[in-house]
Amino acid sequence: MKLSTRHIISINDLTKKDVLTVLQTAESFKEISERRIKKVPTLRGKTVVNCFFEDSTRTRVSFEIAEKRLSADTVNISKSGSAMNKGENLLDTMKNVEAMKPDIVVIRHSMSGAPQLISEAIDSHVINAGDGLHEHPTQALLDLMTIQEVKGKMHGLTVGIVGDILHSRVARSNILLLNKMGMNVVLSGPKTLIPVGIENLGATICYDLDDLIPKLDVLMLVRIQRERADDNLFPSLREYSRHFGINTKRLGAAKKDLTIMHPGPVNRGVELTPDVADGERSVILEQVTNGVAVRMALLYLLIGDEHEEVGQ
Amino acid sequence: MKTLFIKNGRLIDSSANVDTKINLIVKNGIVAELTESKSAPDDADVIDAKGAIVSPGFVDLHCHLREPGEEYKEDIESGTRAAAAGGFTTILCMANTNPVNDTAAVTDYIIKKAGECGIVNVLPVGAVTRGLKGENLSDIGDMAKAGVIAISDDGKPIMNGALMRHAMEYASSFNLSVISHAEDLNLKGRGVMHEGNVSTELGLRGIPSVVEESMIARDILLAGMTGAHLHIAHLSTAGGVEMVREAKKLHIKVTCEVTPHHLTLTDSAVYGYSSNTKVNPPLRTENDRKELISALAEGTIDAIATDHAPHNIIEKELGFEDSSFGIIGLETALPLALKLVHDNKITLQRMVDVFTSRSCGVFNIKRGSLKVGNVADIVIFNEKLPVVIDSSKFKSKSRNTPFEGWRLLGKVLYTIVSGKIVYES
Repeated sequence: MKLSTRHIISINDLTKKDVLTVLQTAESFKEISERRIKKVPTLRGKTVVNCFFEDSTRTRVSFEIAEKRLSADTVNISKSGSAMNKGENLLDTMKNVEAMKPDIVVIRHSMSGAPQLISEAIDSHVINAGDGLHEHPTQALLDLMTIQEVKGKMHGLTVGIVGDILHSRVARSNILLLNKMGMNVVLSGPKTLIPVGIENLGATICYDLDDLIPKLDVLMLVRIQRERADDNLFPSLREYSRHFGINTKRLGAAKKDLTIMHPGPVNRGVELTPDVADGERSVILEQVTNGVAVRMALLYLLIGDEHEEVGQ
Repeated sequence: MKTLFIKNGRLIDSSANVDTKINLIVKNGIVAELTESKSAPDDADVIDAKGAIVSPGFVDLHCHLREPGEEYKEDIESGTRAAAAGGFTTILCMANTNPVNDTAAVTDYIIKKAGECGIVNVLPVGAVTRGLKGENLSDIGDMAKAGVIAISDDGKPIMNGALMRHAMEYASSFNLSVISHAEDLNLKGRGVMHEGNVSTELGLRGIPSVVEESMIARDILLAGMTGAHLHIAHLSTAGGVEMVREAKKLHIKVTCEVTPHHLTLTDSAVYGYSSNTKVNPPLRTENDRKELISALAEGTIDAIATDHAPHNIIEKELGFEDSSFGIIGLETALPLALKLVHDNKITLQRMVDVFTSRSCGVFNIKRGSLKVGNVADIVIFNEKLPVVIDSSKFKSKSRNTPFEGWRLLGKVLYTIVSGKIVYES
């Protein structure tokens, strides 16, 4: 075993050493995506089933590209095209998938705890591609990889996460991971979107965004969903963007080398203005590029043969 | 009916303030004599209760028998068998069946069915509102005549304060109490577990304590205003305990119950997302649990009630968020309550009291006492015998317990209803 865990469900499954192994492996895999022929035989004969029971573009495509670049056979299941639409329950669907002997099941589900439930019911490795409000560990790992690339270090950096922390699995995984790797994580946003007890995961809270910005090395925005205004968590997207959105003026007091990140999909003009999203400080597309490398690394580390050389 | 001679046991009967070694003679279903004499009456069946405790049969103020309508989860026969196995001789069944027990016809059906195939006493609770919809009063007077013991929309709160007020006033003219399922649905939102550190970490939507506390406050105020008796079901929060304590000091007619699971588990049991820890009200914090235990020890809480809520695996294998709320409790209540006794949190006498005399007092149930002349509903249990919770052996049709595999102390040896042995281990 190259990692201490069989499944990637929560950042808590990974030791610090595991995280460093993932980052190192991802760096070495990144080059494959730059080749003229972007494919290696590392996972030839292995089967990966991508179960996306909740809508996803970026993560689904990223996993599939990662799998194909490693020559794994891939199958995709979505809620609309599957028997779950005919009333089959999740566990039954997954036990049937398991009966076809996949090596890894990648699962995205709107229900927190779904990957945990499945990992207890089947023998294949399970990778959590986002479950409800719980976690999105592969996103946090690609965010970490991006931070390390840009900053050249991890320990001691201060990272702000701003937005709908309450409904963000990306925020939860990042708090756990960045904290594990020695960074200071500070959360900000309207109080309605900061869940009770979130500090216990390893973060502090600063409700005054303008106070916070000058202290940050990295500013990570998380998505604001339009529906949340209907729940009266804030009055309107207009008001949100005015008080909590990031624009060039607001970044006036920021450190020169502040890095701007966003897991996507971006609501341009809500969490941040287009000029910031597309500006020099933004690494939003680098995050997406690194996503493929991180997922290749995880697939390889979970099911790659021991003797197989990285990148061969 | 054969005469029973129960010898060598330790009788604990809080109704008579008794805790002593004494033998019981039961004739024609009635406690005929308490005696020091070791000689059994002629023709009597003898039960040797040496080393065991003899107590009035336990009374569960809160369970769900699922009949009529959801017999695949439980029915009156299986539910009363589970009750007998747990030492209960009288159980109150809630109205959220299908059809709802909101008319005398449904009440009649339950009473008739319980007479035919129930092995313990079943006292139906009627619905406060038609169809549990919280809109219009159900046939409360008719149901009172048919034999309901109290009324409750348990499972659902009555969000409309004026309706709750009128329910209390109207029911009290039939000497019926209202049982409050205290929950503000707007504050609850889509919550599935207690809102706190654990819900945040697990990414599960929270049910804050104020969901319960705000409705307890409203209902206590209404009880004070109307003078009606209010019973609060499944109290789960420290704040709720405090309000009941204060209300009692003010002589407002309020009583309350607590479940075995809220006395023994906290929200940290939800780590791992087991749907058998999903229950409403949710498992709360360690502070809440401690407050519930102290309130039980000091006498603020009137009853331990199971809120036995059977669900089939079909409703419980859907993942935490999508699974139904509910835990079964009839067959685990005694060893869980005894855990508090063995941990020196409450006395054995207190435990027996809240399972028997005290809980009967809540609704004036003519049981819970083994004074001579009373109905011989009896449980004999050994408080020190080790048990391992094994749901595959339950008499209940359902298996939704979070206590599977728990090693506890306390075993029911005999359950006797009206002088007849209905369970023997």
